Amino acid sequence: MSDELNKTSEWGELGAPAGTPVRNPDPRTIPGSPEADEYSVGQLRILTKELTLANEGLADEDKYLYCDQAPDVIKPFRGFWEDFLNWARAESLWILGFGTGCGAIELRPLMTSRFDMYRFGIQPRPTPRQSSVFVIGGYASVKTVKRIVRSYEQMQGPKFVVALGSCTINGGMYWDSYNTINRIDHYIPVDIYIAGCMPRPEALLAGFKKLKEMIKDGQCEGANRYAEHFEWYKGNQKRVIKDWNMPDYNW
Amino acid sequence: MTDILIKAGFLFISLMVILNYSLVLIGTMARIRAKVQGRIGQPFYQPYIDIIKSNAKRTTISHGVMFYLGPVFRLAGGLGTYMFIPAIYGSVIFSNLAFSGDLLLVMYFIFFGQLGMALGAGESGHPHSPLGVARGLAQMTAFELPFALAVISIAAQFHTLSITEIVAQQQGGWQHWVAFTNPLAMAAGMLAFLGMSMNNPFSVVIAPQEIPIGPPTEYQGSFLGMLQTNRAIFNGAKMVLFMNLFWGGAAHEILLVAILIMVLKTFLIYLYVTIVGASFPRFRTEQSIRFFLGVPTLLGLAAVILQML
Repeated sequence: MSDELNKTSEWGELGAPAGTPVRNPDPRTIPGSPEADEYSVGQLRILTKELTLANEGLADEDKYLYCDQAPDVIKPFRGFWEDFLNWARAESLWILGFGTGCGAIELRPLMTSRFDMYRFGIQPRPTPRQSSVFVIGGYASVKTVKRIVRSYEQMQGPKFVVALGSCTINGGMYWDSYNTINRIDHYIPVDIYIAGCMPRPEALLAGFKKLKEMIKDGQCEGANRYAEHFEWYKGNQKRVIKDWNMPDYNW
Repeated sequence: MTDILIKAGFLFISLMVILNYSLVLIGTMARIRAKVQGRIGQPFYQPYIDIIKSNAKRTTISHGVMFYLGPVFRLAGGLGTYMFIPAIYGSVIFSNLAFSGDLLLVMYFIFFGQLGMALGAGESGHPHSPLGVARGLAQMTAFELPFALAVISIAAQFHTLSITEIVAQQQGGWQHWVAFTNPLAMAAGMLAFLGMSMNNPFSVVIAPQEIPIGPPTEYQGSFLGMLQTNRAIFNGAKMVLFMNLFWGGAAHEILLVAILIMVLKTFLIYLYVTIVGASFPRFRTEQSIRFFLGVPTLLGLAAVILQML
């Protein structure tokens, strides 16, 4: 089984060149293998009976190091006060500076004098703790999804997700690829998509403008949606991320 | 009792003025920097929105008691620095809590916030935080030397450690300013100020490209809001201090004119930092330490020796 996979996935139909040593990957990491299915089913438990996180991907001696509380829905204020806070949130968008896919190349020109996103209150921020907008820059491989989930969960709410490029909507040219996911909004809540392959910086600016309007309207409650449907999102994540060796929620 | 309350009221007014002025100044300077780069730049009121946004976060994560206290110490450092500097000479409202030895206390407070922040950032457990702290403290130790030498030179020149007294002796025209009576001390101090303001070329402490934002990497939400507020107050305090020490302070019979003089002088001091920042690339830590221990320290030593002769 593993030999076959080595041939077909890595080297195409012609197989590996003669003399290439055959690797023996961990069977649990081979998609579709019985071991992988068993492993992922075993991992799917997310909440315990006491409604705390199961954290089954962690070693027993590490579990006490991590928080076992699932995220809560935090209701927004009402009326003028929330409108005011939403205005501030919309006018100060700090992007998580993490190039998740090839589309991240279109983010760079936004900082230059030609497009200058700073004039709209948008600026990159190098740490997820301080950012409010997560830009998914195109296709996301399974490996990257793991990092996307970790980074997204480390951001403090309210947080917004902009998915740019066709690959984030349906996988685009990677839709039948063995190691990329198709729809990013199965794994984290997305507020706005910017279609294109790749969308130009102008399209990105238009997307950010639309995002601002949505935030001001109070439509961007992705963090609450994530908390509300936590088990669904977590189940989807665990189905694709086979080497789940992190806490179930990265506080 | 009434005196104390009145003093507290004056202090509050003084703090509000310097906070708002510094926030507008930081926003304006970001805009000037943008113009240098051929951009339009953020609105001048962007720092206000950023602070509101940070405080409007619905969740915050703490890593322990010291993590909480880090920004508190930092803010205490900023407030302490400003509160003991007389912002406007001769004004009751803006004389703050100045007393005869305030210069020493202010120098201590400039260091205090950084040390508190170092403890707080250390508890966050993020590897980039202690890295930023180590760089910051190393750089700080280096620029404190020329700054301290400049202060010693001024103290020797005027035989006092009171900022009010130093400003008083500079009144009567620009030719009495330390910048002209003791130019070596001014040069050492203004070069040290470049490091103190942590703009380019001495911004490696918070270099976003290599150690994401340095010490405050893990700080978010209202913690970050507090740090941003402190940044404004601390910046304002340092500019007012340097205006008082080297550029004759701000004094006029009419308070409004005195405030305008303060605004003009501090604006020019900050503009100097911004121009240097826009012109030079970032130094590495060892390069900046070597820089501060070179020409600025020698200038400071020469200033002290000249005063002692």
